[in-house]
Amino acid sequence: MTNILVEWVIKTVVILLILVTAVAYLTFLERKVMGWIQLRVGPNRVGPLGLLQPLADGLKMIFKEDIIPSQSNKWLYILAPALSLVPALMTFIVIPYGSEITLFGRTIELHVTRMNVGLLYIFALTSVGVYGIVLAGWSSNNKYSLMGGLRSSAQMISYELALGLSIVSVLLYSGSLDLVEIVNKQGGWLGHTGWNVFRFPLMFVFIIFYIASLAETNRTPFDLPEADSELVAGYHTEYSSMKFVMFQMAEYLNLITSSSIATALFLGGWNGPFVGRLPILGPVYFAIKALALIVTAMWIRYTVPRFRYDQLMRFGWTTMLPIAIINIIITATVILLFP
Amino acid sequence: MEKASTIIFIVFAAAAVLSALNILLQRNPLYSALSLIVTLLSLSALYLTLHAEFIAVIQIVVYAGAIMVLFIFVIMLLNVPAVQPQIEKQKGLRYLAIPFAGILIAETFYVVLSIGKRTMPSVPVGTEAQAVGTTWSIGTSLFTDYLLPFEVTSVLILMAVVGAMVLARREGD
Amino acid sequence: MPSLESSGISRLWTLASINRANLRTSRIMVNYVPVLLILFLATGVATVILVLSRFAVKNRPTREKLMPYECGVEPVGTSRERQSVKFYLVAMAFLLFDIEAVFLIPWAVVFRGVLESETYRNLKWVFYGEMMVFMVVLFAGLVYVWRKGILEWNR
Repeated sequence: MTNILVEWVIKTVVILLILVTAVAYLTFLERKVMGWIQLRVGPNRVGPLGLLQPLADGLKMIFKEDIIPSQSNKWLYILAPALSLVPALMTFIVIPYGSEITLFGRTIELHVTRMNVGLLYIFALTSVGVYGIVLAGWSSNNKYSLMGGLRSSAQMISYELALGLSIVSVLLYSGSLDLVEIVNKQGGWLGHTGWNVFRFPLMFVFIIFYIASLAETNRTPFDLPEADSELVAGYHTEYSSMKFVMFQMAEYLNLITSSSIATALFLGGWNGPFVGRLPILGPVYFAIKALALIVTAMWIRYTVPRFRYDQLMRFGWTTMLPIAIINIIITATVILLFP
Repeated sequence: MEKASTIIFIVFAAAAVLSALNILLQRNPLYSALSLIVTLLSLSALYLTLHAEFIAVIQIVVYAGAIMVLFIFVIMLLNVPAVQPQIEKQKGLRYLAIPFAGILIAETFYVVLSIGKRTMPSVPVGTEAQAVGTTWSIGTSLFTDYLLPFEVTSVLILMAVVGAMVLARREGD
Repeated sequence: MPSLESSGISRLWTLASINRANLRTSRIMVNYVPVLLILFLATGVATVILVLSRFAVKNRPTREKLMPYECGVEPVGTSRERQSVKFYLVAMAFLLFDIEAVFLIPWAVVFRGVLESETYRNLKWVFYGEMMVFMVVLFAGLVYVWRKGILEWNR
């Protein structure tokens, strides 16, 4: 029993360390990508090639004054960023990063734990993540925060439906909610043998999933509730210093989560050439695919203008949701008629 | 192993009871709603101890993630202030409360006593992937044994949609 | 009919021991312990981040810093004004369609297994047809919400 416990603790700690570093460097990557798209260089002064920029940003944030607005609900104000960050961190224990590797004579499976209902667990955590935002808006004692918080959370729950229903289409093919199982069924090279994105209705479902996940994580073009020129930065207007950092971390973590899930569900997870002989290539392929999706999200951010809020909600309910439902019907019909 | 499971049960049961008490004791309705969320999460953990993994996760998705979001939106929309304790207008009701509470407690004891020696299986029934409580068994029984309630549910949900929209739009906007 | 010989307390203890018996031999449930583990670790990370700035900075609150931000002017009115009822309608519609998704998920998971398993083979069309009926009914609900203009306006 203690063996498994030690293994879990080590894996969890490693994952947390990788995540925190990844979030810091994603901010750097974002600014670099923004620079390249805008035909400039991005941060390159601090450290070699600007690579110590996240460290400088982090230190700056720690030394900022931590203001708690008067007459705000103090405990809710402090709880809200934690309520946003903790579910974002908790999703990573069910995602498979590889098959198994053999280290020090033991076979280690490259996922922390394996649940029968893994995908639903992630969905549940996304649902709980809405509370951080709405409570942050409420507890800040600021009308713009409240409006931003309500709008942001209404947007998140609307696109959560499209997300959930697009997952159902994938489930029709894979027959299991267990992410490890779903990835194992997508074995093969670039896909004719396996990746879900190349199966007939699932290519459209991938696009729906990706757009819904952009909306769910409040990224442009769906970031009206927190854009700088609207509603004064929305639900995190009144937050400064480390609590603001927690919200930003939660946002980038959500981006990493949705990209990881999209690769696990659609792009074959850790599968790729020669992964059977060299299992260490599994996490490498996984990271490459997830990174490609993240960079695409950043690319979209600096290319596409924002949606207005009513356009956003109308798009979510009258376009995304019906298309997701129709996709389910088509997928079920295809599976029934052509087994 | 058994010690650990007892500890887990006691911890989550205590969390559920304490947060349920907190719902009653808080003045601010938002704090009560948050305590209710904690209660639902503890209940979800208790469902896990009973091998009902699907229900445990669905409890969080639907109950703690959708219904409570609705509650919290309503509390924020209406700007319900913290309640000041009021003087009761009808003193007689106080004396009705005791017999009713007694009936409720008696019912609880009846339920507990009649569960009695009926044991649940100590190992999940059936093969591991298809045990009672997994998604497979829920899916198949939903369409074989419980087909009619399932279809009726769809009509029920439709009624709820129409009803909610009609009720909330009464100003004709 | 429950026997009234043993006292109520011993019946409650029986219930707790039933629960213990369930946990004793379950390998599936052991997989959920890392959830608790990462809950603690993530809360630890959040706490560390929260107290980090407490030690690095001296807070010097002034009146202007503590006021709610309203583009630099004095705030007008209370901060807890009534919001639009559209948010309630969105949450309600979300709830109902979330319940539909909850029914869709077990159906999707067993669908392929049903097509191939021996016991349920001849129920293929029942599985398919019933869920199509369910989805059509709910799609009608969505169309109703759409046509009544509830999804419009200051959404």
